[in-house]
Amino acid sequence: MQFHETTLDNGLKVIGELNGSVHSVAVGFFVRTGARDESPDVNGVSHFLEHMAFKGNEKHSADDVNRVFDEIGAEYNAQTGEEATLYYAAILPEYLPIAFEMLSGLLTPSLREEDFNTEKQVILEEISMYQDQPMHVAYDHAMQTHFKGHALGKSILGPYEGIEALTVDQMRNYHATHYRGGNITLAVAGNTNWDQIVKLAEQSCRAVPAGSIERSIVEPHSQGGLSVVPQDSRVQQNVVQMTAAPSAQSELRFAAELLTVIVGDDGGSRIYWELVDPGLVEFAELGYYDYDGAGLFTTWLGCQPDKTKDILARIQGIYQQVNLDGVTVEELEQARNKVASRVVLRSERPMGRLSSLGGNWISRQEYRSVADDLATLRALTVEDIRRVLDEFPLGALTTSTVGPLKSLDL
Amino acid sequence: MEQQNVHTHEFDNGLTLIVEQMKDVQSAAFSFMVPAGCIYDPDDKNGTAAMLADWITRGAGSLNSRDLFTTLDNLGLQRAESAGANHITFSGASVADQLGEALCIYGDILLRPTLPEDQFEAVLLGAEQSLLAIEDEPQRRVMVELRRRTFRAPWGRSSDGCLDHLPNITPQSVRAHYETHFRPNGSIIGIAGNVDVDATIGLISDVFGSWQTKPATTIEPGDRGLARDFIEFDSAQTHIGVAYDSVPFDDPDYYTAWAATSVLSGGMSARLFTEVRERRGLCYSIYASQASMKHEGRVLCYAGTSNERAQETLDVTLQELKKLGDGIEESELARCKARAKSSLVMQQESSRGRAGSLARNWFLLGRVRTLEEVRDRIDALTVSDVVDFVRRHPARDFTVLTVGPKPLNIND
Repeated sequence: MQFHETTLDNGLKVIGELNGSVHSVAVGFFVRTGARDESPDVNGVSHFLEHMAFKGNEKHSADDVNRVFDEIGAEYNAQTGEEATLYYAAILPEYLPIAFEMLSGLLTPSLREEDFNTEKQVILEEISMYQDQPMHVAYDHAMQTHFKGHALGKSILGPYEGIEALTVDQMRNYHATHYRGGNITLAVAGNTNWDQIVKLAEQSCRAVPAGSIERSIVEPHSQGGLSVVPQDSRVQQNVVQMTAAPSAQSELRFAAELLTVIVGDDGGSRIYWELVDPGLVEFAELGYYDYDGAGLFTTWLGCQPDKTKDILARIQGIYQQVNLDGVTVEELEQARNKVASRVVLRSERPMGRLSSLGGNWISRQEYRSVADDLATLRALTVEDIRRVLDEFPLGALTTSTVGPLKSLDL
Repeated sequence: MEQQNVHTHEFDNGLTLIVEQMKDVQSAAFSFMVPAGCIYDPDDKNGTAAMLADWITRGAGSLNSRDLFTTLDNLGLQRAESAGANHITFSGASVADQLGEALCIYGDILLRPTLPEDQFEAVLLGAEQSLLAIEDEPQRRVMVELRRRTFRAPWGRSSDGCLDHLPNITPQSVRAHYETHFRPNGSIIGIAGNVDVDATIGLISDVFGSWQTKPATTIEPGDRGLARDFIEFDSAQTHIGVAYDSVPFDDPDYYTAWAATSVLSGGMSARLFTEVRERRGLCYSIYASQASMKHEGRVLCYAGTSNERAQETLDVTLQELKKLGDGIEESELARCKARAKSSLVMQQESSRGRAGSLARNWFLLGRVRTLEEVRDRIDALTVSDVVDFVRRHPARDFTVLTVGPKPLNIND
């Protein structure tokens, strides 16, 4: 496994982790822009723009884009989050030149008004689709409540009315300021050679303008809160709870991850044994999510409405116990073995490596090999977990719930 | 494509092992299919197999539920147990040198489960919660209910079960399901990864060799459900499910059928995505998939769209399905072939994918189709093969189910 990096003249960063023992290669453009980088009047534009990228540029029509990706048998798509927009393709190595041409073309779309108006309908359908998924509605409300007044409180899809009102000129402006070389990392993982990557990157990324845009990173001081969304047609109650956790830049993030595996993994954790195993809930999990300058411990719960209050109290009981007593050596060892295996298995395929390769770079300008991650895991102690708990005790500052309940008395 | 190293071994008790050695990966995976799926649920107890899949890991051999979890977690085994139509499948993956120890524990789970009475209530409550959650998610529900209506009974059953059957299911009835259907004959274990073939055969023989053969249960396909149906639900979108006839997996025309469905829905340049979403902006999610089983095959389609545009979406979708018989471009088939080739090569990177595929192939065909054979069969397809197939198996006699605030007209 070899790591390489270089920077193109326009500031676009290129990184590669090359591995001759796999059959494919995964390529991804990580654009460091997402919902948090939007002003309120264009909330949702990063995600909408990601859709518009597939509508073609001066060289390729919308039909061309999907046709050519399919002609080379690419496994390709894009995704938008709070902090990044990713365009990716996994392909057989012989198709690397054409994949580069097509993927880089996504960064400089024409943004034609007619396409914009048609695609707006698709975005509105996507918003409606998620409205039919109660857990998604609960998540959106929790983020808005927890990060009220903070950039991370914006929804990725944007509000329905806001998208209806969005104009193509607003999108063009956003694109012109955010899709610049200094804001983009091209990551490549798998079976290829570095010289070819550099040559292809230089050829295909010329059209990306130089420059970058600073992200304002303000530490959130969440006041938390409660958001109850009554929906009579539902039979189950969905709940999302959030509290502060280490940020993407914190050295505590690996310990935070292990802590959530011990306390709230979907199998074999404390929450599992107390609530899932006895069948008291449909699911209950605790996860760790890191952002630039912020982090979240998020609790996910699905249960019967009349049990919700009692179940939430029991979850808080579990958190208080662990805040007080920490975790045991045996628990840590079990979680370590689990996570190490996940890291190894996920990394076997280039597509699995791509997200950590690019993610580490855009969050921390850092390369970490699988061996680095495993070594960090092996070195963690119960004292490291204690440090996380002292600084970021588990809890539920923010609660959001969707289901038959009209109110929730916590 | 590299030569695959696949070995098959049938043990005296009827258990079949298929091993594929993959030297380029560090992991190993297994997929263990036991012929105890939900088609064998008693008619008034749909949910029995699902509950057994949960109950069976709650204690085995000398291990209680918690010890069993802890031991498997410490081996780094990523695992899942699920009930399907024909089988309960146990699957797992870990770093290759841990797999042997994990499989020894599966010997206890499959042959010596405790099925502790005091855990049954928890299993029942868990099953109920899963079923209630499906009621809340129309996108999932429409496909669960479409399968129930379009496949011949009992293959259309929901593997999660049926809410109003739960009161009929008892510890005794679930135990009886285990006693009757957990048997080596008809069970298949696929193992793929960085393993030694002879050592694997020896291990499986040691762990499962003593398993006693039992008589097999035969089930004949019955009738299909309602061809036209509507479930009222207060949702933002109308969720549309459409199904029609295709061929089983072992049919000589299987790959031709697969190509026809791929022209409709393989990749983002395929027809449904292009015509319904990209050109008209009618929906976000639309797809068709080839659902070929052992005795029959159907094509299953889904589209989700806002209520006021649902009628147009259904009309356009049905039109596109029917239009396939008018002709197919060379380039459309070429793209299907390219996608298949790429996906076949990439399968060689995934021990989990291969293990599942080996076991399923054996069940559906009684042999393993190598990746090379699949590639050759797909390469050999011509446009006239596909068009000819579509004319012999036209998209018609649809099963249509919608979930949403109002029913739609079916103009076929």
